[in-house]
Amino acid sequence: MKKNISFIQGNEACVQGALYAGLDLFAGYPITPSTEITELLSIRLPQKGGYFMQMEDEIASMCAIIGASLTGCKVMTATSGPGFSLMQEALGYAVMTEIPCVIVNIQRGGPSTGNPTHVSQGDVNQARWGIHGDHSIITMTASNHQDVFSVTVDAFNLAETYRTPVILLFDEVIGHMREKLIIPEKDDIELIQRLKTTVSEGVDFRPYLPRDDGRIPMADFGGTHRHNVTGLFHDMWGFPSNNPKIVDGLIHHLVDKINNNINIIAKVKEFHIDDARTILISYGASARTARHVVENRRSRGERIGLLELITLWPFPSHIIREKCRNARFIIVVEMNFGQILKEVKTCIDKPEKVFLANRVDGVLITVQDIRTILRIVQ
Amino acid sequence: MKDKYRIVFSGSGGQGIITAAVIIAEAAVLYENLNAVQTQSYGPAARGGSSRSDVIISGSEIFFPKIIQPNSLICLTQAAYNDFSSIIRPGGILVTDSKYVSIEKKIDANQIELPIYNTVKKTIGNPVVFNICLLGVIIKIKQIVKKESIIKVMEQRIHPDFLNMNIDAIELGMSMASDIKGIT
Repeated sequence: MKKNISFIQGNEACVQGALYAGLDLFAGYPITPSTEITELLSIRLPQKGGYFMQMEDEIASMCAIIGASLTGCKVMTATSGPGFSLMQEALGYAVMTEIPCVIVNIQRGGPSTGNPTHVSQGDVNQARWGIHGDHSIITMTASNHQDVFSVTVDAFNLAETYRTPVILLFDEVIGHMREKLIIPEKDDIELIQRLKTTVSEGVDFRPYLPRDDGRIPMADFGGTHRHNVTGLFHDMWGFPSNNPKIVDGLIHHLVDKINNNINIIAKVKEFHIDDARTILISYGASARTARHVVENRRSRGERIGLLELITLWPFPSHIIREKCRNARFIIVVEMNFGQILKEVKTCIDKPEKVFLANRVDGVLITVQDIRTILRIVQ
Repeated sequence: MKDKYRIVFSGSGGQGIITAAVIIAEAAVLYENLNAVQTQSYGPAARGGSSRSDVIISGSEIFFPKIIQPNSLICLTQAAYNDFSSIIRPGGILVTDSKYVSIEKKIDANQIELPIYNTVKKTIGNPVVFNICLLGVIIKIKQIVKKESIIKVMEQRIHPDFLNMNIDAIELGMSMASDIKGIT
């Protein structure tokens, strides 16, 4: 038996990734299909000296991780659609106050309590625009357990680098399915730690003053510096302000710190793209079906390829535009009414060559579903 | 194993079909250097209604994780047999337990009907290892994974006090299937 190999659910792969990344505190409220994340962390996190809190609901869960992050902890919560809806207000607060945290949403069918034990990818736009006001946010996904592990580690790194909430948007099939995971050795993946202020006690500390590289050092709550945190527009001391110059500066900073780094943040996996005339674009569990179709047809000589999105937001428009330039047909494969389809259409020169293969009945999209669309389109 | 081998376990919540599916898939991944993917029905079905677990085992990468047409279908209740017997791949293997399922029609598959439950109860005395005995039947009919690999997984998952009973159940299943001929 190889070292560090296990046969586990996607939810456990996410737990392993979070523990590898140095998770200190998890606060959550169990909900299908994400429950195994909460259950496993309730056992494993205290074993490594971390804190596990079962909260009364998802509003409290989100608020608890924000508070804990301010004290210097690496934090996470996990939920599904209904809980993710409840978290939106506090999620907006974390965006505005620039508090690093990781939110896992194992998607089920919706709206409302929807279809708890079945798969969906209906929360893609909620992850982007669920909170009010202009903002930018990072959202990532994965189609297999090795990637679930690595994007979970990435999520913690990005949260610390950009001082932002990061959303991990998995789905019921990936969360519940069991397959192989090989856990990397310690130090195989670089971990980004909290950037802490070097301002000493008694010196004026400005908690929202960026360094030259754009990163903003933090001071742990309860530590050396006493400082203000507010969801209102605020100045560099963290105090409320409606001065148009300060408001304009802050809103641009919140959006630009992510959008200007899209080349570093956005990740896409390519399969047989170089000479592809037909390109499938997919993500999460749908990408497994899409890959199945592509590998089968490639072995028969068809020029077909797959772009698998790892980063959903900020949307990797520049990569999609470049890779799809020579394709005759582009099929977006997803389990919703075309939430990524619309993004793809806006970044392609000829939107009329983009089509949708979807399924919205709680059943994983099948090879036959994609074949049917290919037959119509080609 | 180059091609994919697809097994659907179906029955009622509580019969241990999910545990059986996880054990055979884990044995393939951890001890036989194969790939495997296991999925299952969730919700009320898994807690008393008609329930199902899919396992795909392969030497190559597995993408689509669900099973449309199984090579082997195991039905442990009449409801499961009624629901799923039509999906079996032509020429595949259908295993049913004669206590729970009465075969209603001949299908294009090797139909294997065995008194697994009653034999476990009579020989071992404890029906809790029904699902493990079933695994013995499967690996004897179709050599997907070795008995030793299954035992290694059980050593990790099962309390030492119950390990011998489970090993006996595997061997009982294998002996029940030893007379079955003509399946490749």
